[in-house]
Formats: sequence, C-alpha cells, structure tokens
Amino acid sequence: MDTTFVWALIAVLTVVSFVSRASFILLFPRVTLPRGLQRGLRFVPAAVFTALIAPDVFLSSGALELGPSNPKAAAAVLAGVIAWRTRNTLATILAGMVALHLLRIALLG
Amino acid sequence: MSNSDSLRHFLAGCKACLPVLPGVMSFGLICGAAMVAGGLSKTAAVAMTLFVFAGTMQLAAVQLAATGAPLVVIALAGAIINLRFAMFSLSIAPHFQGLPARLRALFAYALSDNGYAQSITHFTLHPAPGHIPYHAGVTFAIWSAWTVPAIAGVFVGAAFPREWQLEFTVSLTLLALGVANMRDRASALAALAAGVTALLAAGLPYRIGLILGAFAGVAAGILAERWIRPSSGR
Repeated sequence: MDTTFVWALIAVLTVVSFVSRASFILLFPRVTLPRGLQRGLRFVPAAVFTALIAPDVFLSSGALELGPSNPKAAAAVLAGVIAWRTRNTLATILAGMVALHLLRIALLG
Repeated sequence: MSNSDSLRHFLAGCKACLPVLPGVMSFGLICGAAMVAGGLSKTAAVAMTLFVFAGTMQLAAVQLAATGAPLVVIALAGAIINLRFAMFSLSIAPHFQGLPARLRALFAYALSDNGYAQSITHFTLHPAPGHIPYHAGVTFAIWSAWTVPAIAGVFVGAAFPREWQLEFTVSLTLLALGVANMRDRASALAALAAGVTALLAAGLPYRIGLILGAFAGVAAGILAERWIRPSSGR
C-alpha cells in the first residue's frame, strides 16, 4: 500500500473516530437523537459487515464465483455457520482458515 | 472525595472489567495481526491502533484500502461503523457534565463498547459519588487490554509467511462480528439485504456498493421490524 495514502488514511480515521465518540460528550452535550434514528442504528453492524465482506468473498474479478476456483466462498459459508453456532470470533477464524487451506489443497491436487 | 476513596473506585472499575478482558485481549491480538496481514506496515499498524482505537473500523479500513477504495468511501464507511459510539456518547454524556474539557476529551477518545456497557450499568445501579474514578478505572483496563495485545499482534502477524493468506482473517473477523449482531429475524434480514445489494452494486466505482448496501440493510431492518412483530430469540 502507498505510504502517503496510509498516513492520510490514519489521519482521517483518527478524526472520524474521535468525532463520533466526542460528539455528545464534548461537542454537542445538549442534543438528543430522534427515536427513529436510534432504532435504525441497531441494524448498522450486521448490515455494514455483510456488505463489506460479501463482494470480497463471493466475487472473483467482478463476477459471482462460488465454484472450485474461489475456495474463499465455501470457506466463508462454513465459517458463517460456525459463527452462528458458537458466537465465537476465534473459532470462526480457525474454521475459515482451515477450510480455505484444505479446499485449496484438495482442489489444486 | 478523598484520594483513597478515588483509588478504591478506580480499582473497582478495573476489577469489574475482568470478565471481559480475555475477549478484549484476543480481539486486540487478532486485530493487530490482521492489519499487517491486510497490507499495513508495522509502524502504520501501531499508529492506527493508538490513534484510531476502534478495532472494527480499522479492520474495515484495511479491507477497503486493500481493494483500492478511495479515502472518502473508507471515511464514510468508518463513520457508519462508528455511529454506535455517537449513541453511547449521547447516553453517557450527562454523567460527565462539569468535568474539565481535557478529561472529557480523554474519556471520549477511549470510549469503547465494553467500557460503555460496564460504566453505564454501574452508573444506573449505584449513586453518584465515585462515578468518575470508576469510569477512569474501566477505561484504563479496557484501553490497555486492547492496545497492548494489538501491538503484540502486529509483530506476531508480521512473522507469518504470505502463502498462509492471513488477510482472509480480516474477512473472517468481520463475518464473526456481523453474525454476532444478527440477534433476531429483523437484523438477519438487514444483513441479507445489505449483502445482496453490495453484490449487485459491486460493478459500481469507488466501492459505493458498500454504502448502498449499508443503507439498504438498515431500511430492510426497520421495515422487517414493522411487518414481523413477534421476532424470534432476542
């Protein structure tokens, strides 16, 4: 990754991160949020994380690829099942990594 | 309040965090290792850990940067991911009223999911004196339990060979966090709508599909909550 880009990224994220947390503690201590907005916020994590990883896992050079040329897809589905059953980040990572490498070895021979 | 009282509350805050520390520490370790696997230099990964201090936002940023997303989209995605902190900030702010701005800035910087949950619960159950040193103790415990393992993770992660494809751990960590947030049908539908939208919009430039997916997911969640009243297992 380009060094200038990385440092610009760190600077921007530092500001975004601080502003989000300081918003009502430091910057606008007397404001309240509308209830509708507060209700919608609870869907943010599930929505953002899925939207974030779906293209990286299921697409291969821009097209949907679920077959043997993209072992990440099957590994991620398996890891998703483990995540659902165990609710454990470490177990999810281990299952996904083991599945990825076993599939890769099995498919490449 | 005397100094010994303050110290007592500070230590009580630290001690109250003990049950969550293993989880915080292992997430820190994973996060540090994943940032280096995702393509950051060790210096950049350590700087990001200390300045940004937001694990999921950092992982999302590394994942997006590795696929060539522009700064504006990464910043926007980060702001969406961190929206929950604005809510925490709103709910905890009344307890910090009257404190010097510098201390409020410090508490804001180090506000965390676990720290917020711990302190706000304590504040509602116990009467006022001692809240500030208690929160200082909570903040100290969570901050160090996250940053120290994260920095260790940066150096451990850098030692692994590239063929191990450890960058996949970034996706897997985000997957685990996404699933952890699917607590009922409405939020599972929100995730489904977000994922499908992101896939359909993957051809659009600048990874705008992520932002569209996030909005589609939240909209689907709100609608689902309205249509299917009795939701399963919360």
